[in-house]
Amino acid sequence: MKIQVLGSGCANCKRLYELTTEIVRESRLEASVDYITDVSKIIELGIMQSPVLTVNGKPVMTGFVPNKEKIKDLIFKELN
Amino acid sequence: MDPFYPVQLVADFVTYGLFNLGRTSLLGSALDFFIYDSIKILILLLVIIFLVSYLRTFISPERTRKFLTKKFTIFGNILAALFGIITPFCSCSAVPLFIGFVESGVPLGVTFSYLISAPMVNEVAVILLFGLFGLWVALLYAFSGVTIAVLVGFIMGKMHLEPLVEDYVFKIKAGSLLEEQKPTAKERASRAYLYTLDLIKKVYPYVLLGVGIGALIHGYAPSDILTKIAGRGNVLAVPLAVLVGVPLYSNSAGTIPIVQALISKGLPLGTALSFMMSITALSFPEMVILRKVLKPKLLGIYISILAIGIVFTGYLFNIIL
Repeated sequence: MKIQVLGSGCANCKRLYELTTEIVRESRLEASVDYITDVSKIIELGIMQSPVLTVNGKPVMTGFVPNKEKIKDLIFKELN
Repeated sequence: MDPFYPVQLVADFVTYGLFNLGRTSLLGSALDFFIYDSIKILILLLVIIFLVSYLRTFISPERTRKFLTKKFTIFGNILAALFGIITPFCSCSAVPLFIGFVESGVPLGVTFSYLISAPMVNEVAVILLFGLFGLWVALLYAFSGVTIAVLVGFIMGKMHLEPLVEDYVFKIKAGSLLEEQKPTAKERASRAYLYTLDLIKKVYPYVLLGVGIGALIHGYAPSDILTKIAGRGNVLAVPLAVLVGVPLYSNSAGTIPIVQALISKGLPLGTALSFMMSITALSFPEMVILRKVLKPKLLGIYISILAIGIVFTGYLFNIIL
């Protein structure tokens, strides 16, 4: 599984990246988490807000950082 | 009747009952002010941010963009400025928003209207102004913010500045979201709830700090010093306030309580509002971010026109109020 956090490098996206790596570590997921600060990648997805969370290339959340449980929910929903 | 009367009762009870401070003491009045304001603002923030972010799940920037494409008249600027009020705006989204808009054919001037209005006129600013100064001031701020956004965007649109946008912006190919999911009411509410929590966590410490400073000034600062330095008599007060605001970066939440205390000590409302607008829309960190997409000359033009607009608004309010 491929998870990506895209953002312009602000505090918000850093927090999202940290939370996501924590989740992957704690739930022992077979997943890579990449942090991408190239804004053009966000645009290419058709999105205009930072940060973005994608699972296997599909954007599951944009624009803000919810709490850890919600991020976990979103990732697991894509797994099944 | 003041809907926050019960909050005043709580503040009075804690200050004059629990702590047994004198009703005329400076410490008492400062503490009373602190408790009342911090609770009242928290309630306002919770209720209104939730409502706005619920509403917002219907109007994403991606959808906004569709409305603004190829809108070359001033109506495009007006529409963009109005959309800017309800869309969330964290400065880290400025670059993707800018590229996304320009890329999909939203005119440059219209994009600027949106970029100005979004951080300057947001629900947090309007709630706080409403809570602390009343409906009239909140509306005046919102109205003048939108007007500045419309006019600055319109003027910049007429200047044909497209060559001054960084070249790579036009090379990026914007994709389109494959599916526009239709969330259920429950999902919308849950998203709004999480957003509200996130925002309050971020904003509230500043509110407490601001109210705290406000309480100190409220209780202790001699009231005529500010009036002498920055009162109506000083013609340079407005541009100075704007200049002071530039290096400061805060969300509107942190500034408003300070502004309130300054006003209560004699700073004219127009000067205070320009100070706030400058902090939210003209801040240095925001400009550093915009530099990624604007060539220095365009950034300079943008800053100058926006600064003139804000200073003008400050004078206008000082004259008519």
